[in-house]
Amino acid sequence: MTQPSLTLFEKIWRQHVIASAGEFDLLWVDRHFVHEGSFHAFDKLDGSGRPLAYPELTFGIADHYVPSNLARLDDDPEVAKMIRLLEDNTAKHQLTYLGLGHSDRGIVHVAAPELGLTLPGLIIVCGDSHTTTHGAFGALAMGIGATEVAHVLATQTLWQRRPKTMRIHVDGKLDAGVTTKDLALHIIHQIGTGGATGHAVEYTGPAVAALSMDARMTLCNMTIEAGARVGMVAPDETTYAWLRDAPQAPKEESFVQAERHWRTLYSDPDVHYDKAVTVDANEVAPRITWGTSPEQSIAVDEPFSPSDSEATRSSLDYMGLSVGRPILGLAVDQVFIGSCTNSRLSDLRDAARVLDGGTVKVPTLIVAGSNRVKAQAEAEGLAEIFRSAGARWGESGCSMCVAMNGDSVAPGQRCASTSNRNFPGRQGPGARTHLMSPAMAAAAALNGKIVDVRQSAAGVSA
Amino acid sequence: MKPVTQVTSPALLLLDANIDTDQIIPARFLRKPRSSGYHHYLLYDARYDMQGQPRPGSPIPESQGGAKIVLAGHNIGCGSSREGAVYAFVDYGIQVIISTKIADIFRNNAIRNGLLPIMLDQAQFDSLVAYCQARPHANLTVDLQACEIRWETDSCLAFEIDDGSRERLLEGIDDIQATLDWEQKIDIFAKDYLTERPWVVPGRV
Ligand code: SF4
Repeated sequence: MTQPSLTLFEKIWRQHVIASAGEFDLLWVDRHFVHEGSFHAFDKLDGSGRPLAYPELTFGIADHYVPSNLARLDDDPEVAKMIRLLEDNTAKHQLTYLGLGHSDRGIVHVAAPELGLTLPGLIIVCGDSHTTTHGAFGALAMGIGATEVAHVLATQTLWQRRPKTMRIHVDGKLDAGVTTKDLALHIIHQIGTGGATGHAVEYTGPAVAALSMDARMTLCNMTIEAGARVGMVAPDETTYAWLRDAPQAPKEESFVQAERHWRTLYSDPDVHYDKAVTVDANEVAPRITWGTSPEQSIAVDEPFSPSDSEATRSSLDYMGLSVGRPILGLAVDQVFIGSCTNSRLSDLRDAARVLDGGTVKVPTLIVAGSNRVKAQAEAEGLAEIFRSAGARWGESGCSMCVAMNGDSVAPGQRCASTSNRNFPGRQGPGARTHLMSPAMAAAAALNGKIVDVRQSAAGVSA
Repeated sequence: MKPVTQVTSPALLLLDANIDTDQIIPARFLRKPRSSGYHHYLLYDARYDMQGQPRPGSPIPESQGGAKIVLAGHNIGCGSSREGAVYAFVDYGIQVIISTKIADIFRNNAIRNGLLPIMLDQAQFDSLVAYCQARPHANLTVDLQACEIRWETDSCLAFEIDDGSRERLLEGIDDIQATLDWEQKIDIFAKDYLTERPWVVPGRV
């Protein structure tokens, strides 16, 4: 009997099915990351009277509640308490914990891949929707809710319905000055924020194969903004090169054994996807969101003429914009460069290239995704460029991506941000967020308004 | 978890598209213990102004007024995985959310907390909305046994839900307890799997 053709996603899913009941499969979970928000789940676990099943596969990292200015931690006892709760829960269950002061700590979606905890072929879960990021390594990684987190803590398994499959094929090549963030916003604009709901996305094509691991993570990270819980890229030489250098990845004989398995992880050539979309990378320009949903974006050089609908009107109203008022040249009040989407070394290099020698016109906060990225950025002089330009260089963490750790945007203020969500209130009540790439955000910082980074001399990498 | 079988009540209309979980419960409330009552935080920034005063255009009434069913715009619950968004609806007294699209993680969380998520096609949804707009206080009945939504005496539409989700809600199944039945299978799987792939465990090899 010939083997049926399978997608990358289906292969990994099948390898993890322990049992099935109706449409639900009971899946083995290889990696589980917990953060401060997991306290509900630890409470549930304790309530169930069960021990934590596999402490060696569970890792605690403080990120969401870490302010960019650690001295401010005492200002809000509730925030400090959230970090302490995670510390207590990980100690109680004897988990590896990357807490304040740990040199490997960072946003879980930046720190874990960097440490080599994220590997191809694994099922990875975390109580955070941007867990899609880890799919960049050919892992099946998905965000889950607190009750599911508790279930994984107690059993190292998860009941899930198998999503449908979807391929997003990216032909062509990104132009100079155009980044993966722009590609992600382009795709979401094309298919909509619900365009991939119920599906596991696999990115394929020459433009994807050409991307660095940092860039693949940005792409997979934004997949949740198109509604998919899973976004993945099949592992290849770029992936293996990254893993060879990662401290916690398998070493020597063990790496050879692992790699043999990883090389079986690809979609069979004639395989069927439930949904397929093709995108031309050559058509992508630097993009900016103008509204309150990640799908509401335009190319920086495109005239601003959104369709007239109630949704458009309420977004424009919230954002303090009107049709006919161009986005290019729009004044911003502040700039945030960071978040699990765009806080890796290559993102900071992009920002530094633009900022080098200049002075920011508006308050600018730059936050590395992890302490390792922070140390590297300091070692290669990026931090010095930021400081000389007048930007603030913060402690690594989620920071201003989400208004929960003391970093937020004041009501009515307009923020050029490299994060992933421009929802009403995301960066603070009444905050107005424009999503864009690190290079575009850096150019906005220098000019105090939204400009086309391609008009500036500094180049950026994909 | 409280089982859901049949729910009869007027419906609350939240018809904007893409009501994300940051709007359903702003991040600053996620640190609150569940015992504080998450209904306080439901759609907080749309309900209250910066001074905490009720806004005139609040999308939901201050007291829930008996509504247990929400008719929500397309793609409700998109964004963050925070289960607090489901707690906020549940603590407000909501047992059923009906929409044309419900985001995946929100839907999963709903099923685990006794909140029935129903997806209808646009025409079905529109007919329900039209009825509820014309008769704001009239009851709908959502019957999970029969997989039907009924109103007035003779109007009825069928909805689909997968068996696993339906069973979890009807029985109020707690997944952790239920999985204990599979414990032996899990142990055998884990042993084989980790023997075959020792490199999965960091630091072991
Ligand atoms: S950086 Fe933002 S999106 Fe990423 S995990 Fe932190 S809060 Fe979530």
